[in-house]
Formats: sequence, C-alpha cells, structure tokens
Amino acid sequence: MISANAVTKRYPEGREALRNVSFEITAGELVFLTGHSGAGKSTLFKLLAAIERPTSGSIVINGQNLAALRRNALPYLRRKLGLIFQDRKLLFDRNVLDNVLLPLAIVGHPAKDALRRAQAALAKVGLPDRQQAFPITLSGGEQQRLAIARAVVNRPAIILADEPTANLDTASANDIFDIFHSFQRVGVTVLIVTHDAFRVHDLRPRILRLDQGEMTEQNENQSPQGAAQ
Amino acid sequence: MRARLAQHLAALRDACRRLAVAPLNTLLSLLVIGVALTLPTAGWLAVDNLRELAGDTPGVQQISVFLAIEAGKREVGDIESRLEEARAGNWHFVPREEALKRLQASEGMAEIVASLPKNPLPDAFVVTPADTQPESLERLATTFAAWPKVAHVQLDSAWVKRFDALLRLGRLVVMLLAALFAGALVTITFNTIRLQILAQAAEIEVTKLIGATDAYIQRPLHYFGMLQGALGGLCAAALVSAGLHLLTPLVGELARLYGGHFVLHSLSVNDIVVLAAIGGSLGWLGAKISVLIHLRRFA
Ligand SMILES: Nc1ncnc2c1ncn2[C@@H]1O[C@H](COP(=O)(O)OP(=O)(O)OP(=O)(O)O)[C@@H](O)[C@H]1O
Ligand SMILES: [Mg+2]
Repeated sequence: MISANAVTKRYPEGREALRNVSFEITAGELVFLTGHSGAGKSTLFKLLAAIERPTSGSIVINGQNLAALRRNALPYLRRKLGLIFQDRKLLFDRNVLDNVLLPLAIVGHPAKDALRRAQAALAKVGLPDRQQAFPITLSGGEQQRLAIARAVVNRPAIILADEPTANLDTASANDIFDIFHSFQRVGVTVLIVTHDAFRVHDLRPRILRLDQGEMTEQNENQSPQGAAQ
Repeated sequence: MRARLAQHLAALRDACRRLAVAPLNTLLSLLVIGVALTLPTAGWLAVDNLRELAGDTPGVQQISVFLAIEAGKREVGDIESRLEEARAGNWHFVPREEALKRLQASEGMAEIVASLPKNPLPDAFVVTPADTQPESLERLATTFAAWPKVAHVQLDSAWVKRFDALLRLGRLVVMLLAALFAGALVTITFNTIRLQILAQAAEIEVTKLIGATDAYIQRPLHYFGMLQGALGGLCAAALVSAGLHLLTPLVGELARLYGGHFVLHSLSVNDIVVLAAIGGSLGWLGAKISVLIHLRRFA
C-alpha cells in the first residue's frame, strides 16, 4: 500500500532531513512513526502526501509512483488519502459542519448525501452535536477530532496523521487512538506520526523509528490485529 | 454532465456569497466599474441620438428646386417632364400657395405672413434622390440649376459632409474611451481578485492539500470577476438612465423652443443586456489573468 525505497530528502540550503529510508506498509496495517523532534517525521509525512518531493529514492502509494505523478493527477491522489496535519489546518471562518463538507464539495459529491456523510463522520469522532459551532470554540481535542472527521469523510483507503495527539492529555489522546483503530478495523491503512513513545507502547502496534533522518527500527513483532484489542 | 453543472452552480453560489459577505467593498467596486462604463456608454448614446436627430432623417438628403417667381404653369410642366426624364429619384411639387400655408403654420410666422401684401414665395420641387452620395447630390444640383426658370437650387451637402465627419469623429472618441475604460475594468477586477486570493490564502492552501483541482479553486474567482463586471455594467446602465432622466425634459424644452419635436432615446433592454455582457466578459478576463498570476505560488 505504501512503500519507500532508499528515500533521501535534502532541503535547499539545509542538511539531510531523511537519509536512505526504506520501508513497506501493507494494506490494512496500523503503523506508528516515532522519533525525536527534528528526526524527519513530518518530512516523511510530506513526502508520502506528495507535498514535498524526495531528493532521491522512490515512493509508491496505492500502486502509484509519486515521482511519475503528473501535476494534474495530484489532486486525485490526495483524494484517496486522509491527511491530518500537525497544525490541523482547519478553516476558522466556517463552522464545523462546513469544514467536514469541504472534501465532499471538492469531489463534487451530491449535496444531500454529502450532508448525511458529513454528519456520520462527525458522529464517528464524537462531535455529532457541534455541527454549527466554529472551530475556534472547540477544545484542542475536539479540533483534532474535527480534523479527523474531515480527513475520513471521503472514505480514504489510507490515513496519514502527523502528531494527531500533540498537546492532548492522556485520556483525549487515547480517544483519538481509538478512533484510528476503528478505521483500521474496517480495512483502512493508517500511519500515525507521534513522538509519544509511552502511548505507542501502550497500544503495541508496529513501530517505525527515525533517528536523525535514518530509519533505526522497524518493529514488526506485533500483528496489526493484536494492536486493535 | 449533471455533476459538472452542479459544480458550476456551487462555484456561482460561492462567488455570490463572497460578494455578499463584504457589502461595502462590493458596493465600492461596483460603483467604480459602473462609473468607468458610464462614460463610454453615455458617449455612445450621445452619438446615436445625434445621428438620429439629423443624420438619417430624409430632409438633409433632399434637393429643393425653387422656380422664378414669374414661372407659370407651362414652365412647371417643363420642369416636371425634365425631372421625369432625368430619373433623379422621387420628387413632389410644392405650389407657392402651399408653401405660404406652411410658413403661416410655423412658430411665430403667422403675423408676419399676414402683413405681407402678396405671396413672396415661388413654386418649388422637392427632389429626394435615389443616390444619396454627396458627389451625386452635387452633380444633380448643378444639372437642376442649369434648367430654364430655375431661380435657386438648395442642397445641404456641405452640411451633410460636415455632420458625417463629426459623427465619425464622435464614434472614434467613444471607441477610444471604451478601450481605455475596458482596460480600467480589467485592472480593477485584476486587483479585486488579487485581494480575494490574499484573503483566502489559508482556504486555498487547505483545499489544494485535500485534493482540490485548479479548476475547483479558480472557478469561483472567475465567476466573481464575471459577476462583478456584469453588475458594474448594470450599475452603468442605471447611472446613464438616471442622467437621461434629468436631461430629457431640458432637451424637450429646447426642441420646443426651436419649434421642433425631439425625444432623447434611452438605453433599450437589449442595450442593457449587452452592457452587462461586456462588463461580465471584461471582469472574467481580469479575473482569469489575476488567477493565472496569483495562484502560481500555491503550486
Ligand atoms: N521546509 C524546510 N526547509 C528546510 N529545512 C527543513 C524544512 N522542514 C524541515 N526541515 C528540517 O528537517 C529536519 C526534520 O524536520 P521535521 O519537521 O521532519 O522533523 P520532525 O521529526 O517532524 O520534528 P517534530 O517532532 O519537532 O515535528 C529538521 O532539521 C528541520 O529543521
Ligand atoms: Mg513534525
């Protein structure tokens, strides 16, 4: 589903953020990507979401080689990904419901069904009664759930989340992880970037670890099913 | 097909929302565009009215042939047959008695006519030539003047020429004005769209990140420019109509003082539709250029 082969990323005028990184994630897996601050986690996230391009090496997502992706094919790839950004990127000038409706509007989903789907997504993340609220009035955890609802409303095959539990207390973070597990259970491939090793070990899923741009650990002891319990 | 239509409708709705969300900005933009379109529209209307006032009325393309006072029935018959022969176009005979009656009927002349001891007016022919080229008119006039008992031939061809040249100049000025203000409209729209893009940078960035195509992002902006231009065109139509409303009584008064009857014609529904369409097209063009330049940084 996701494979990286000898990926190196060097930012202009910067040092190497990723060096010779290779890994493979199969369909339906839930994988954590951890590492210290500055290890290159967000960089890898951006490469997978085709926001940045690797300096060398290749990335294949959903059978699609990103290097060969034409500019006008990029939006259609993005629609297959549920992206949750480190800074959430919510739109603060529209209410919760309209934030979730946005991805459906982008693909031209029929309005009536779109409403039903958006409400279902909000119910799924536990925000069914905040539809008319504006994101600024939501707590950090609620904003994070909103970001998740927006990412999943188009029913993506792959979810990529960058630090979805940053600045959340343990209970809220566990709620968020539970939501991701529920998606994995229905066959969605999930990659979660987090530096919170404690919570990661609590769930015991597969872990990819980055250290100063290099992949140091590819823990495959735990099956994804085991992590779901 | 259905989905495409829905997407265009959604973009149009979005554009309307953006216009409505900042009513003061919208109003100011519409006024500026309206004023920019008003000048060429008013100029065009003025030229059109002038042309109607004189250019196409048959009077100026007629040749009046006045006979000598002493000309009798025989001479009149002679001229008639010569006109027949010359195939100069339509003509009719105005006997001196009828000419006097007409003079009596015109403003302020009744008393003067009454005080005359006898009819000072000659018999006359009014010829409406088939060929109205200024040169042909002059040739005909020279021919008529050479006929016996013809005292005077009156042809306003010099005036026709001058008026024609004036009209052409007027049209050119209006066209230059129109080009100038069309450029202004495109520039205004270019800038409004630039500001729209700046204000919505976050939204544009997010929508791109979650799979929006360029068309999805550009469409509402194109509609925005088009709507703004079209509404500006309607604004110009309203301004011009208001101006005409103020002018009409004055022009009517003036025409009456000259013993004539003239009504300024205003913008027809067709004119208004064309004006809105021109405004819309120019707005769309400005938006298109602005979008091409300012959305590049989101690539
Ligand atoms: N746009 C950029 N231009 C130049 N250098 C960058 C850019 N983005 C990241 N870097 C550098 O690349 C390295 C990896 O950054 P990255 O954001 O991937 O780290 P991270 O693992 O996500 O850290 P954190 O846990 O703090 O989010 C850092 O040294 C950072 O300074
Ligand atoms: Mg990061």
